[in-house]
Amino acid sequence: MATISKRSARGAAERSASPRKTSTRKRPTAASKIPYTAEELLRDYRQMLLIRRFEEKAGQLYGMGLIGGFCHLYIGQEAVVVGLQASASDKDTLITSYRDHGHMLACGMDPRGVMAELTGRVGGYSKGKGGSMHMFSREANFFGGHGIVGATVPLGTGLAFSHRYNEDGGVCYCYFGDGAANQGQVYESFNMANLWKLPVVYVVENNMYGMGTSLARASAQTELYKRGESFGIPGLQVNGMDILETRHAGAEAAAHCRAGKGPILVEMKTYRYRGHSMSDPAKYRTKEEVSKMRKESDPIDSLRKVLVDNKMADEAALKEIDREVKAIITEAADFAQQSPEPDPSELYTDILVEA
Amino acid sequence: MAIQVLMPALSPTMTEGKLAKWLKQEGDSVESGDVIAEIETDKATMELEAADEGVLGKILVQAGTEGVSVNAPIAVLLEDGEDSSAADAVAASAPQPQPASQAAQPEAAAPEARAPEAAAQPAAGPVAVPPPPEEEYTGTTVTMTVREALRDAMAEEIQRDEAVFLMGEEVAEYEGAYKVSQGLLAQFGPERVVDTPISEHAFAGIGVGAAFHGLKPIVEFMTFNFAMQAMDQLINSAAKTLYMSGGQMGCPIVFRGPNGAAARVAAQHSQDFAPWYAHVPGLKVVAPYSGADAKGLLKAAIRDPNPVFVLENEILYGQSFEVPDDPDFVLPIGRARIERAGIDVTITAYSRMVGVALEAANLLAEEGIDAEVINLRSLRPLDTDAIVASVKKTNRIVTVEECWPTCGIGSEIAARVMEHAFDWLDAPVARVSGEDVPMPYAANLERLTLPQPEKVAAAAKSVCYK
Repeated sequence: MATISKRSARGAAERSASPRKTSTRKRPTAASKIPYTAEELLRDYRQMLLIRRFEEKAGQLYGMGLIGGFCHLYIGQEAVVVGLQASASDKDTLITSYRDHGHMLACGMDPRGVMAELTGRVGGYSKGKGGSMHMFSREANFFGGHGIVGATVPLGTGLAFSHRYNEDGGVCYCYFGDGAANQGQVYESFNMANLWKLPVVYVVENNMYGMGTSLARASAQTELYKRGESFGIPGLQVNGMDILETRHAGAEAAAHCRAGKGPILVEMKTYRYRGHSMSDPAKYRTKEEVSKMRKESDPIDSLRKVLVDNKMADEAALKEIDREVKAIITEAADFAQQSPEPDPSELYTDILVEA
Repeated sequence: MAIQVLMPALSPTMTEGKLAKWLKQEGDSVESGDVIAEIETDKATMELEAADEGVLGKILVQAGTEGVSVNAPIAVLLEDGEDSSAADAVAASAPQPQPASQAAQPEAAAPEARAPEAAAQPAAGPVAVPPPPEEEYTGTTVTMTVREALRDAMAEEIQRDEAVFLMGEEVAEYEGAYKVSQGLLAQFGPERVVDTPISEHAFAGIGVGAAFHGLKPIVEFMTFNFAMQAMDQLINSAAKTLYMSGGQMGCPIVFRGPNGAAARVAAQHSQDFAPWYAHVPGLKVVAPYSGADAKGLLKAAIRDPNPVFVLENEILYGQSFEVPDDPDFVLPIGRARIERAGIDVTITAYSRMVGVALEAANLLAEEGIDAEVINLRSLRPLDTDAIVASVKKTNRIVTVEECWPTCGIGSEIAARVMEHAFDWLDAPVARVSGEDVPMPYAANLERLTLPQPEKVAAAAKSVCYK
């Protein structure tokens, strides 16, 4: 258990003064205990809000029939990716599965291109050929956007393999869900990742439900941060609804990888407000559960309160950010509706790279 | 400005539904994300959440209304400072919104989506322009086994390009379960020749992930029987990502290892997977027969920017051939080779079956039948031109393969010959394949299962009506 038990920071997150007890640690509220600048936290606020508004708009466009097929919204989980990305360098790579819009925005991808992919238009990141679950950006080091539960874990481990092979100093942030945590290929990957000391941050976004099945109904071991134990991979359990916690965990995890210590597993305890996909009547959980989470643990509301209480921003400044974000999303939605569908000649392109 | 709230589609197929209940009333203020109504379809009851904030100014469709069309306005939301007159104005002027996307009307979009070029293209036809015809190699050769030819191909390419490395079970310290990677660890070290645990699914995926980021992995499967454990990564990740990324995310990777029947290892270790991979757009598939094939095709596969499957054969590993020793000798993927020219009947084969076809041709020659044997070399893309040209000369064709008959390579060749050379055929296409059974262990049954030269010769005679 020594390697696993909610490890202390050990010099990783340099800006954090106190040793961490991750799952039980209370979120610091006093200004003196917040190790981040107003500028950093306003950036986080803006990013989380951008994701929230983007997803709400996506839900709306889906309702209008402008987005088809599967569409998995990230609403509620924003603090996970925004906090972790704060520790990423421009050499690092990111890969995730199909609840991926938030990760793309957090990687700096253009909301217009993401939204246009959702509407299946040529202005989308994949020229309309990938859709919500399959989007990529070489420029942003975003490697998808994959539709098969668990498949991103070997792929992300492969990205980490390339970082080590090229000695480029990069780290792969490899995201998967609590549902994927029961796939066999995850553990084949864990084994090789620690055997070869690959620089990979495994992030399990535990939103408590794999589609309609709660974690407890699917997992013999529900403490997912312990899932690397047999492979000697240290685990952290983090309150994924709190941007201060996710930032802190990201810094610690990245430092662990950059020091050549191999992989680390970060369990982010989080919650999705919306259904698994758009056509989910959500009979597997109560309305009270959802509204309690929204009321008491919303990552955006919490950060807003921290910013105001600590006089890092006033209401007017936050309102201004709200307005800016809204304008970006409106423009993205317009672009996504105006961009044309791909030309029929695109049907037979991009199947093979011409040698 | 006042905002219309529209009847949402709650699933990809929903066209109308019942507005079961309003949870907010006119005059109530609404936050983005608040549940404002319940919608019922034949499948489920779903909640409608507000996408904007404001005041619910006017309800346009009363609770209990059935058959409300998707996208019909059902309410008006007012922004800060607006009064109900704005709601009336929006409600009155409300045009029935038209879904802008053709995607919302699949029937209407269908004819347009069918590109004329696509319709004219034969099913699963070669996507790439066929490479130029191979120039006959005139340089020096050395005698070596297929095993050594494969080894040399890898050694030369690992030497040539720093991004190339070999990974797989027993490839490094053990030097390959079939000794194909002999000496590579000593020559290149453990960073370039990587032993993996027995974890096909994940090491295939690790290879694909590394290829996405610019490395050029050679992933060895100890045999292709074990690659079934990795099938999701091979098809969903390696083959499809270039397309799904609109051309951004290439996957320059080679999957290689012995394929097809070995000897006396029974059903789980004796199977030809060629049609499985040849079925998939986004992959290239080659199946070498000779030492020159092995070296030239493996080198081409490693240099190719796409996922290429190199289907080797355990029984061929120990056979010796003349192999070009020029380090720049590379064979074009997508070209077949005429192994034996003839005029009476065409016999196509790949991998070890090329040897069987050549033996059959010798048997046929004794009876005065001059067979042309085509070594397919590449199964995707398939060299349709070479097959059709041969059929136009011989007017008869027999396909030979180890795989099962249903949906095999022979089935595909029969279809293409019908599409492209129907009027030149003097007899129906004959197929000689593995028997449609799991591979038996008993020596006599195993022999009965696999194509033998006598059986191929008999099929050739039958299409010659002799």
